[in-house]
Amino acid sequence: MAVSNRDLHDRIQAAFRHPFLRKAVKSATNTLRDRKAVVAHDLGHWQDWRAIGQQIRDHVVENLDVYLKRFAANMTRQGAKVHWAATREDALKIFMNIVDSHGAKLVLKSKSMVSEELHVNAVLEERGIPAVESDLGEYIIQLAGETPSHIIVPAIHKTRGEVAELFEKDSGEKQSPETASLTRYARRKLRQMFLDASIGVSGCNFAVADPGAISLFTNEGNGRLVTSVPPVHVVFMGMERIVPTFRELDVMSKLLPRSATGQKITSYMSVIRGPAAAGESDGAKEMHIIIVDNGRSRILANPKYREVLRCIRCGSCLNVCPVYRQVGGHTYGWVYSGPIGAVLTPLLQNELKDWGETVNLTTLCGACTEACPVRIPLHEMLIQLRLERTSQGFTPALERTAFRLWAETWDSPTLYGLMMRAAAVGQFPFMKDGHLEGGPTPLSAWTNSRYFPPVSGRTFRRRWARGEV
Amino acid sequence: MNISLMITCLCDSFYPEVGEAVVRVLRRTGAQVQFSPEQVCCGQPAFNAGYHDDARRVARTFLRAFQDAEYVVSPSGSCAEMVRENFLRLFDESPEELEQARRLSNKTYEFTEFLVKVAGVTAIDGRFAEVVTYHPSCHMTRLLGVMDEPIQLLRSIDGLELKELPRAYDCCGFGGTFSVKMPEISEAIVTEKAENVLKSGARILVGADMGCLMNIKGRLEKMGHNLPVMHIAQVIDQAQGGK
Repeated sequence: MAVSNRDLHDRIQAAFRHPFLRKAVKSATNTLRDRKAVVAHDLGHWQDWRAIGQQIRDHVVENLDVYLKRFAANMTRQGAKVHWAATREDALKIFMNIVDSHGAKLVLKSKSMVSEELHVNAVLEERGIPAVESDLGEYIIQLAGETPSHIIVPAIHKTRGEVAELFEKDSGEKQSPETASLTRYARRKLRQMFLDASIGVSGCNFAVADPGAISLFTNEGNGRLVTSVPPVHVVFMGMERIVPTFRELDVMSKLLPRSATGQKITSYMSVIRGPAAAGESDGAKEMHIIIVDNGRSRILANPKYREVLRCIRCGSCLNVCPVYRQVGGHTYGWVYSGPIGAVLTPLLQNELKDWGETVNLTTLCGACTEACPVRIPLHEMLIQLRLERTSQGFTPALERTAFRLWAETWDSPTLYGLMMRAAAVGQFPFMKDGHLEGGPTPLSAWTNSRYFPPVSGRTFRRRWARGEV
Repeated sequence: MNISLMITCLCDSFYPEVGEAVVRVLRRTGAQVQFSPEQVCCGQPAFNAGYHDDARRVARTFLRAFQDAEYVVSPSGSCAEMVRENFLRLFDESPEELEQARRLSNKTYEFTEFLVKVAGVTAIDGRFAEVVTYHPSCHMTRLLGVMDEPIQLLRSIDGLELKELPRAYDCCGFGGTFSVKMPEISEAIVTEKAENVLKSGARILVGADMGCLMNIKGRLEKMGHNLPVMHIAQVIDQAQGGK
């Protein structure tokens, strides 16, 4: 669990010390984005679908109070208990009260980014209550003692061999590193736990305000089991994860799986409208929904970043991001990785000093903005966050001075001309075979991996002035 | 038609021959080409790094240099995008400058976009018998929306064989200050790009933005490959007979 972003450069180094991770992340993201390209094309009018997705999510974000109230009223009428949590502490208090009142011995979970954000597992473990992730990828990284490195594919960085080793350690038996055999092992272990758990915890892909429902998209079916086998079902829901009706859910069910995994539909889509009614054999006896704010209303109040609340956590911005693809998710230091993480982390932490450096994990190529199914202008938000970080004085003094000097020189054609002439002379000690090598920082950061061209002794402006052009 | 050339800092200081090729190609359309020595830089490095006061200072000089221009043409999609889109954000609190920025925005074009959309040059009359591949720069394609024009122009050149660049739309890893702030990641990204350039089987890499080309060429050379790199203006100029 990272506590701040101060160690960003250490984490980058860690990623580079793990060539398997880098190879696995690159290969998996390539598969995901290629599959997405195919199914987005199959649907036709992909840009129109994105526009509709954006409209729906914008409408919800702008009318969040209305839809949340409607959702809460409908769910309450249908027998669920709805709780409101303003902060992380509030959410955990509500949750632990539920856990305690049932004397829970084992909590089984289905993937929920919000519960990662709140560190639910750590709090349960402190009380000696095992919290087991039932999503295969999450289960694997839990055994490894790690956090997710991708929003949709949490164990994207693990090889089959590494998974076999983790299962060997868990079982004390030899494991074959074949996918089928590994899946069999996980299934056997998890099936029993579904039966033993007293509380099932799930996330919420989308809540439906009218008539009141929560929906879960899963590929392993664990979402169905975790919400219906244990007697108590607790939902952690980010307060923005809502759509007005099933008509809008239909649009999301086209956008989300296509963007996330390149699937036309997910294998399982569960819609839950409340606990089991009298006489019904399926379903939890008790259903709790914890609607979590934890910084979201602060983002809602800021027109510069409000659009980020459209996010449907599909992870497609990760798959196309040149930076994420090289270093994987742990480099970002918190729950959310990739471009969306680089934007969300400092906003949810409300802190640009220690967490703000994630905004430098971008080349501003705009691939994230182009990939986003609900058209969040991620690269523009990254520039905006950089601006706030510099305005608040959190960038290095040397960098601030460099840009000030740059501006003083570059806003005068005369000074600029003199500077370039000086550079053309001053570069000689670093010249080798027609390019620059070594040199002082920041030039050396470039020349360590690339040749740098020399400044021309006869710049374009001089040639033009002499009538040579 | 009067064209004011936005030469970009990189072309001015490192690649003046690209600027000269741009001038020759534009003159062959029958246009008058002007160069205002009052211009320096569009301010993009500071803007992207979050130093908007510094960027504004440099951008203001730029705004003045081009206020009387009929058309402004830049051999860089990235710089054209800065002027066309980001100047509007940079000056949004000063109505007078915002109006100037808006006027400048409406008359600023990237080089190939100008040729096709304004000058009506939809095919190049000339021959350039080489096997090339084309790197589409991110700001030019995604942010400025200029995608087809350079391809259309290259395809029209007699003798030119255009090879597909694998994963062409992936960033080259330059990202302005990113390349020195995150040198390891930048190197990893540009290495992938350089490998794809080699995989394409082309003998020359062509692009429309010297920032990206400088980055890719620098990496190719460090890896020991002397694959020539050309700005699309140089290819068109040579096809048309050069000097």
